[in-house]
Amino acid sequence: MIGLYSPGTSLIHRAPTLLKLFLLSLCVVLIGSSPNPWIVSGAAAGVVLLFLAARVPVRAAAAQIAPILLILLVTVPIQGLLSGWTVAALMAGRLLVAVALATLFTMTTTVTAVLEAFQKLLRPFRRFIDTDRVGLLVALTIRCIPLVSDIVREVFEARTARGTRGSLLSIAVPVVVRSLYAADALGEALVARGLDD
Amino acid sequence: MTDTVRSSAPTGRIMPARDLAQIAIFSALIAALGLAGPLNIGPVPITLQTLGVMLAGAILGPRKGTLAVLLFLVLTAVGLPLLAGARGGIGVFTVSPAAGYLYGWLLGAAVTGYLTARLLPKYPFWPALGATILGGIVAVYLVGIPVMALNLGLPLVTTIGLNLAFIPGDLIKVIVTVLVARQVHKAYPGLIALPKGRREVD
Repeated sequence: MIGLYSPGTSLIHRAPTLLKLFLLSLCVVLIGSSPNPWIVSGAAAGVVLLFLAARVPVRAAAAQIAPILLILLVTVPIQGLLSGWTVAALMAGRLLVAVALATLFTMTTTVTAVLEAFQKLLRPFRRFIDTDRVGLLVALTIRCIPLVSDIVREVFEARTARGTRGSLLSIAVPVVVRSLYAADALGEALVARGLDD
Repeated sequence: MTDTVRSSAPTGRIMPARDLAQIAIFSALIAALGLAGPLNIGPVPITLQTLGVMLAGAILGPRKGTLAVLLFLVLTAVGLPLLAGARGGIGVFTVSPAAGYLYGWLLGAAVTGYLTARLLPKYPFWPALGATILGGIVAVYLVGIPVMALNLGLPLVTTIGLNLAFIPGDLIKVIVTVLVARQVHKAYPGLIALPKGRREVD
């Protein structure tokens, strides 16, 4: 399973995950509450520098930020007419900076590192959450994604082969039923390995 | 030491292996439906990911269904590109205009599951449709729209207007969910534990 992580050795890649997470939240809050266009433009320039320093692939980063541009294409004109173009530009800038920063975090941090950081953050709640089971569940799900993707793909192909277009139901029922069978098999395998003992 | 004592007492288990497996598989199903890309029904492209969320509530019930959605969201947050369009990471949960919908999915699965559990084992069509609309559409938008208005700095009314375009597709997904759930609950009784004081009638 390939994540959004793009390998590298930059300072941003090597910084501790919790520190990155903390700085990210801090920046998002500060930029989000700043009414000054200069601060937001400065932050935007800073983000570009950070991306250059991290040397993440431009195309992959753009793919994460592009959907925001589509939304802004609709909302900036509305906002410009309702509350003035300065406010609209400021809001768009803040949003882009924040999304770009979050994307940078995700692209420079491995999934394992983020999971570990989450586990550390959850430590105070250890009395209520069985961390072993949560870990098992996460691993199981990651393993199940290709399995269920295959089921979905096969059902799509069967539908094309039969030439029955148009019915969502002819996809949903077999996908769900076959997924439930897969869950039964998985459950039995877990019991056989002593999970319920 | 405490670990061995705890794991040798099966009565303390909250989640049997079967439930764990169902949660993992449905979480993976929501991901797989997002990876499959949009499906064209006539001229309308329909993203199937939200269908997965509705199905999780209507087929697994409130507890397992909500956990399946939660698990999917955790995997997305840590950086797996599982959201439709291969997006992921913590940005989509915080600053993205659509962030609220993801939290709405949790509420939606819980509401759909809670109401569905009360309609079983008969699961009559119209009440089931109402239950799935309340969970799959109303609850999701209830969280999604205010967050979108907040993150974009738009008035609430304008944001509601922007969202109306998605209602027809959502209604199709609700109908499909109810029809699938009907067949599945008939063929596979016992997926959702009935509320206390109710028993299965055969």
